[in-house]
Amino acid sequence: MRVALFLTCVNDTLYPDTGRAVVKLLTRLGVDVDFPMGQTCCGQAHYNTGYRQEAEPLARQFSDVFREYEAIVTPSGSCGAMVRELYPRMGERARAEGRGDTLARTLAPVVPKTYELTEFLVDVLGVTDVGAYYPHKVTYHPTCHGLRSLGLGERPRRLLQAVKGLELVELPGADECCGFGGTFAVKNADVSAAMGLDKVRNAESTGAEVLCAADNSCLMHLGGTMTRLRTDLRPVHIAEILASTEEEPLK
Amino acid sequence: MSGTYLGMPAFPKAAHEAVHNTTLRGNLRHATHTIRAKRANAVAEMSDWAELREAGKQIKDHTLRHLDRYLVRLEESVQAAGGTVHWAADADEANRIVTYLVKATGESEVVKVKSMATQEIGLNEALEAEGIAAYETDLAELIVQLGKDRPSHILVPAIHRNRGEIRDIFAREMSEWGRPAPEGLTDTPAELAEAARLHLREKFLRAKVGISGANFMVAETGTLVVVESEGNGRMCLTLPETLISVVGIEKIVPTWRDLEVFLQTLPRSSTAERMNPYTSTWTGTTDEDGPQTFHLVLIDNGRTDTLADEVGRQALRCIRCSACLNVCPVYERAGGHAYGSVYPGPIGAILSPQLRGTGSEIDSSLPYASSLCGACYEVCPVAIDIPEVLVHLRERVAQGGPVTERGDKVVLKPAKGHAAERAAMRAARWAFGHPGVLRTGQRLASRTRRFHPRTLPGPGRAWSASRDLPALPAEPFRDWWQRTNGGKETGK
Repeated sequence: MRVALFLTCVNDTLYPDTGRAVVKLLTRLGVDVDFPMGQTCCGQAHYNTGYRQEAEPLARQFSDVFREYEAIVTPSGSCGAMVRELYPRMGERARAEGRGDTLARTLAPVVPKTYELTEFLVDVLGVTDVGAYYPHKVTYHPTCHGLRSLGLGERPRRLLQAVKGLELVELPGADECCGFGGTFAVKNADVSAAMGLDKVRNAESTGAEVLCAADNSCLMHLGGTMTRLRTDLRPVHIAEILASTEEEPLK
Repeated sequence: MSGTYLGMPAFPKAAHEAVHNTTLRGNLRHATHTIRAKRANAVAEMSDWAELREAGKQIKDHTLRHLDRYLVRLEESVQAAGGTVHWAADADEANRIVTYLVKATGESEVVKVKSMATQEIGLNEALEAEGIAAYETDLAELIVQLGKDRPSHILVPAIHRNRGEIRDIFAREMSEWGRPAPEGLTDTPAELAEAARLHLREKFLRAKVGISGANFMVAETGTLVVVESEGNGRMCLTLPETLISVVGIEKIVPTWRDLEVFLQTLPRSSTAERMNPYTSTWTGTTDEDGPQTFHLVLIDNGRTDTLADEVGRQALRCIRCSACLNVCPVYERAGGHAYGSVYPGPIGAILSPQLRGTGSEIDSSLPYASSLCGACYEVCPVAIDIPEVLVHLRERVAQGGPVTERGDKVVLKPAKGHAAERAAMRAARWAFGHPGVLRTGQRLASRTRRFHPRTLPGPGRAWSASRDLPALPAEPFRDWWQRTNGGKETGK
């Protein structure tokens, strides 16, 4: 199976470890992973801030780069939701504005083939035990777009529960937004910070060592709050936990 | 909308105060979390909730699509039942009509049923300017009125107040308006409710004119409907000689059959009750029973302009249940006043900039008062995709575009203060459009990473005031991929 890794611009630039973890994990599971070098950004930040005109060329570029692959896997619920939920909407809007259905036809092929990582593992590869080892106490934050736009449901938790040595503890108020929200974190910094603080306090209350999520942008916001609070809690992307093994454990 | 909200600062500034007010934060957190859990249980009881939600959405969309036809039908039905219908294009016209109608009765005071429409048009202030006293009779509205305050929630206007604050307001203010609070009033709910009951009873029995809104209007019979928990509304609706109902034109349902859907979804979404304690319906006038004169004032006030927008019009499906406020993490921390409107929370963030336009500072900031988490859409009983409309309105603010203003198509220019952001978005798009450029930027950033500050100057300061930035990695992923041939060669 020829699978393309869509790493997202945030992960590529700031969190390359997550990308390496996805490659390691998928390779271990027998998947042939490619990283098309033409990829950059799905356009979500533009679209959600109100710059649809700037997002459209990026969506077209995404389609050009990825359309030939059998599946496109991304370790980001948010960027996955951009492709799956908002690309069709961009096509519909273009049509409603009398610009024909060229955009819709360009974007359509990549939409059903794009999977968030945990979705790909459970639904496409049909695995929940990925042979991982991670002897730590972990709490899981289901990020908003993974939870509500993609409907990841119990998939990430099932994957974590199957990890050897891992103790999964429930996060109070798990369904509540962490407060990142892209440009919201800057435009409404006070409210965003207050939401992040509550999320970190809730995670601390579980006694977990690690706050795990399937989106590095949320973890960046929460991790930045954690270092400021000097808490022992650490943010870790789910891909890195699932990639960790007894032979090569995640530090 | 109400003059009391004019000149409000932009949302982030107003929210700044609320975020640091620990009493307010505590009051809101307690109230919203309690109702949130109850609503979830009340909804989970219904095996056909998804179907009810879809039915509510379809009924509202159908009605909005044929609004002209149903409004005419409603007018005919109301007139046939002995009522009079008045049409108001905006708040000023509505206020003029109501003031005229009250003055024609020779009265100088009115009792009011809690109503969002009259709050929206600032009716109390307009009546006061003409020497007419308007008494709010809903418990929470009474607290807001006595406290010379503004409502901060659609359903529970005094949600930002705790019991101690309410006791103080009653003890201090009730005597100014009528029967004073009892001596030694404590903050137990029963005592507070009794004090309000005694204070209000005098007004109900004295008033000759009642003013209400309506949750629904049934076109086929000209019937208006109010749902409530206290019964004070029903007193206002039945005791006075003259009843004036002020209602937004989007509140119509075609038939009683349609009403059935909303009488299930509204109470469960708003108060987490299976049905409302009081559901009052009135149709024109009836000899020797209830008000002998009935006026219906139908207000537009930006609604047909909103209806003209294909994406934004879904906001008019709203049945004012306030479920979206109760689940919204932004509302919970910013409080209702920060939204600068009688419609706070997620629905306010999409409704106010459409009804009022995006011209003011507060209205152009409201579409950004959300992290787009989607919790509001998930709980909305008429499936308003609030995040979709927020992004649509952000586009209008940031880039301008066609809108309908007072029935005319106009093209808006981008709102002020977005030039730098627009330039940054364009630059980012250009860089992302050229993978080589992105890569050069990433490499440069990685090589100079030791010199990067963990806090930022300029607009970025807002981020680093409370959070540290992540450290840049030594090597972006794409360089690692290329150097190691996808991890197949040389190390990690």
